[in-house]
Amino acid sequence: MDQIVSAPTVEHTSAVFPEGVTLDCGTVLAPVEIAYRTYGTLSAKRDNAILICHALTGDQYVAETHPLTGKPGWWSRMVGSGKPIDTDRFFVICSNVLGGCMGSTGPRSPRPVTGGGTPDAPEPWGTDFPPITIRDMVRSQHRLVKHLGIDRLFAVVGGSMGGMQVLEWAATYPEMVFAAVPIATAPFHSAQNIAFNEVSRQAIFADPDWHGGRYWETGAIPARGLAVARMMAHITYLSEEALTRKFGRRVRPCNDTTGKAAGTLSTFGDIFEVESYLRHQGSTFVRRFDANSYLTITRAMDWMDLGQEHDGEYAGPFVGTGTRFCVISFSSDWLFPTSQSRIIVHALTRAAANVSFVEIESDKGHDAFLLDEPDFDRTVRGFLSGAAEHAGLSRRAAQEGTHAS
Amino acid sequence: MRLDQRLIADMITPGTRVMDIGSGDGTLIDHLFRTRGCDARGIEIDMEEVTRSVAHGLPVVHGDADHDLAHYPDDSFDYVVLQRTLQAVERPREVLRQMLRIGRYAIVSFPNFGHWEMRLKLLFSGRMPNTAVWHTPWYATPNIHPCTIRDFLALCDEDGYRVHEWMAIDEDGDRAPWRRSIRLANIFGEQALFRLGKGNV
Repeated sequence: MDQIVSAPTVEHTSAVFPEGVTLDCGTVLAPVEIAYRTYGTLSAKRDNAILICHALTGDQYVAETHPLTGKPGWWSRMVGSGKPIDTDRFFVICSNVLGGCMGSTGPRSPRPVTGGGTPDAPEPWGTDFPPITIRDMVRSQHRLVKHLGIDRLFAVVGGSMGGMQVLEWAATYPEMVFAAVPIATAPFHSAQNIAFNEVSRQAIFADPDWHGGRYWETGAIPARGLAVARMMAHITYLSEEALTRKFGRRVRPCNDTTGKAAGTLSTFGDIFEVESYLRHQGSTFVRRFDANSYLTITRAMDWMDLGQEHDGEYAGPFVGTGTRFCVISFSSDWLFPTSQSRIIVHALTRAAANVSFVEIESDKGHDAFLLDEPDFDRTVRGFLSGAAEHAGLSRRAAQEGTHAS
Repeated sequence: MRLDQRLIADMITPGTRVMDIGSGDGTLIDHLFRTRGCDARGIEIDMEEVTRSVAHGLPVVHGDADHDLAHYPDDSFDYVVLQRTLQAVERPREVLRQMLRIGRYAIVSFPNFGHWEMRLKLLFSGRMPNTAVWHTPWYATPNIHPCTIRDFLALCDEDGYRVHEWMAIDEDGDRAPWRRSIRLANIFGEQALFRLGKGNV
């Protein structure tokens, strides 16, 4: 039976599935715990649910203050009362991905004890955590959605790795997805993106505190390696224009011991503002993210290839689909460029799917989907309300609903 | 809605699947969905128009007639509409072929280069004609493949398309009185509207 449990440090709402999930690698991972948050009210017909899928380093705290960082939800400008994904109208679900570290089963979770272990102090999975795929994440979300008593999602929405999950949802459970919004994403992970992920992983492996992945034994974490991984990845989320606009070549005085005046040419004295920014990104990241989770999830992205089981034909998984799609890309995104969104659009077209496609003009790079882009907001809001009309959803479904908690 | 869009809408049976190539602000597909119960979709080249359409809940894809029709499966639609655009595409003959591959009927409108004003202006001034319909100078015009009504019919004949309906349209987009004689329509019609079908079926 499913039960609600909480993690030791921060309380996360979650559902536990003792029978587990059969993964693409063949392993049965059991039990599986999925931490999630919901917003808004499920309608009486249970037809107004929107599942939001988070990106690589996101989590389930999409529209509320994060319990660990104290920062606003990562998509609170998109999700909420009166926002484009309007919680007055829709019942929004967001779960931490399988393999994550914010309450869902992942490498930091205790490994089930088999044979003569000590049940009182179970070890974490660490690097022995089975390899997972984007589809495995979706399978576990499917369990959660069913657990919440929902037979069909009105929409599945997500950007980046979240967009990969959206595509897998539409491919794996087409009858459960009325509308799908894959944003700034791709139907497969490109060689360039696998290469970036590999640099991130090697940075973690190179940290002396890594200890072969068993860093919990020493009480330290491979913070430097994980921070470098984050810094490198963060560059790929931005664009040259965005970096220039934000930082240019500005230099920030560094309070070091050399006693040099600010602006004096030195090798490691003053630092460029862009360096300072990246260091900050790296150091805050390691406080909330687990290195083994980072490895597991980046690997899951690398394995993403919707055409693999269809001889490279990306239309294959979507033939006969009844899902309405809205594919969105950003003009300055070079990590998941528009050309990759077009591959999705052309595949959906070949599959005779109902598809809308917009490239939003933006200089903010891949991260644009998290930032203030009015055209993007209008597109999401308009597509969802148009789809709601086709789905026969009432204007304010939530008002006649019951709280599903 | 423009008058000629109304004429196009009148050619379309309710409840059918329609693709509007060059859907602009989405007026026609919105009208077909709301008043005719059609599954109407659009392709539009101008991203601002695409964004506006999708933000209105209309299924529109950014793309163009020359490059994006090839991806659609055969017989995806009952009607494929191309409004006032044939003269501006790179390969009009191929676009028509694609339209009748992915759709049962092609509805095509275009400005008629054979209109008497064009003929007279060229004859008497010796300069490229400039009218209300043809209003951009030769060096800036997107209309790289202008044709007359008779030219268009000749192509349909050559490629074996059947003309189910045709009409001449005036400057405002309303139906012009030249209904019997193609020759008169070709002189007095400022624009033309056709509904074509495949071969002799």
